[in-house]
Amino acid sequence: MNINATIIGQLIAFVVFVIFCMKFVWPPIMAAIEARQATIADGLAASDRAAKDLELAQEKATAQLKEAKVQAASIVDAAKKHEAKIIEEAAGKAQAEKEKILASGHAEIETERNRAKEELRQQVAILAVAGAEKILERSIDAAVHSDILDKLIAEL
Amino acid sequence: MSAAAATQATLTSQEYIKHHLTNLTVGEGFWSWNLDTLGWSVFLGLVFLSIFRSVAKSATTGVPGKLQCAVEMVIEFVDDSVKGTFHGKNAVIAPLALTIFVWVLLMNAMDWVPVDLLPWLISLVSGIEMSHIYMKPVPTTDPNLTFALAGGVFFLIIYYSIKVKGVGGFMKELYSQPFGHWSLYPINFILEIVTLLARPLALSLRLFGNLYAGELIFLLIATLGLYQLPVHFIWAAFHLLVIPLQAFIFMMLTIVYLSLAHEDH
Repeated sequence: MNINATIIGQLIAFVVFVIFCMKFVWPPIMAAIEARQATIADGLAASDRAAKDLELAQEKATAQLKEAKVQAASIVDAAKKHEAKIIEEAAGKAQAEKEKILASGHAEIETERNRAKEELRQQVAILAVAGAEKILERSIDAAVHSDILDKLIAEL
Repeated sequence: MSAAAATQATLTSQEYIKHHLTNLTVGEGFWSWNLDTLGWSVFLGLVFLSIFRSVAKSATTGVPGKLQCAVEMVIEFVDDSVKGTFHGKNAVIAPLALTIFVWVLLMNAMDWVPVDLLPWLISLVSGIEMSHIYMKPVPTTDPNLTFALAGGVFFLIIYYSIKVKGVGGFMKELYSQPFGHWSLYPINFILEIVTLLARPLALSLRLFGNLYAGELIFLLIATLGLYQLPVHFIWAAFHLLVIPLQAFIFMMLTIVYLSLAHEDH
């Protein structure tokens, strides 16, 4: 334990080292550490925010999907209704057409039959006159006996 | 080991130990200089500062390298210790604590250098006989160094006490407590002065005593001959605790004393 001038040298060395450390070592390293801490904190906050955003977006997407499904269902519904209506209308129209065609066919048939009847009557009248002529062996004056003929035709 | 044996052949173990506990000194009386203490402490201080300075210069705020990580770990450890004890604003205490911790740690770590290795290497290079070579490579076993460190801390204690409380406030603190009555002021003053002076004294003697004793045991072990191998290993392993612990205690007490100096009673 001998104290000598070494203590002075050590004190000077100590002071110089501390001052150097205070000026050139501590501040830059501390600044770097603090800057990095800030960066990390920002990054963590950003990732938190991103996670929240993602959650929100997912919720939104789910809701939109639901809405779209509902919309699609309603569109399909409407389309089905429309289809049924079209089919119904077409069926109605077809029915009407059918009836119309049937009616006109009936009418035509009726006219045709009437016309054939008439023709037939007249030919029967001619045949009757020709028969009568044969029976009487003389001609019958159509003009004179038209009243008889008309009566005959009416009776057919 | 062979070196130790060779030394033993020419010296008794008492002389051997005394030889190893003698500094390499130049000068006379008070004006003599312990060259080994000064040289090793300044060298280790420069090692500390150059490593930390190189990191400080290239410190990146992005992804740090391995050296920067290690340095930042030390700095954060010191910073946490300071922030846990000292709550004021002071740009000196943290760098001071860092310097004390790393420097004392490095100086204590010189304890692990085998006691005869350096004299043997010097004698190998210079050709001088080992019994004429004086080399005490652990600077913290020199009271000059521990007193210088504690003296620096003591100066800062006084400086901040006066800066924070003023000369009057500081003086008042010395005589007005622990007893409040004016008649007991002289006793207060004696007690407080003792307290004040005991701090640096205890600080320096604790570090010196621990390391000096450790070194002494290393020297005793070195006189054992071949048996020193396992014993030396155990003692060196035990110093894994002693070396960082003493550095930490010195740093921690410095912080505590300086934070006490900042407190107004």
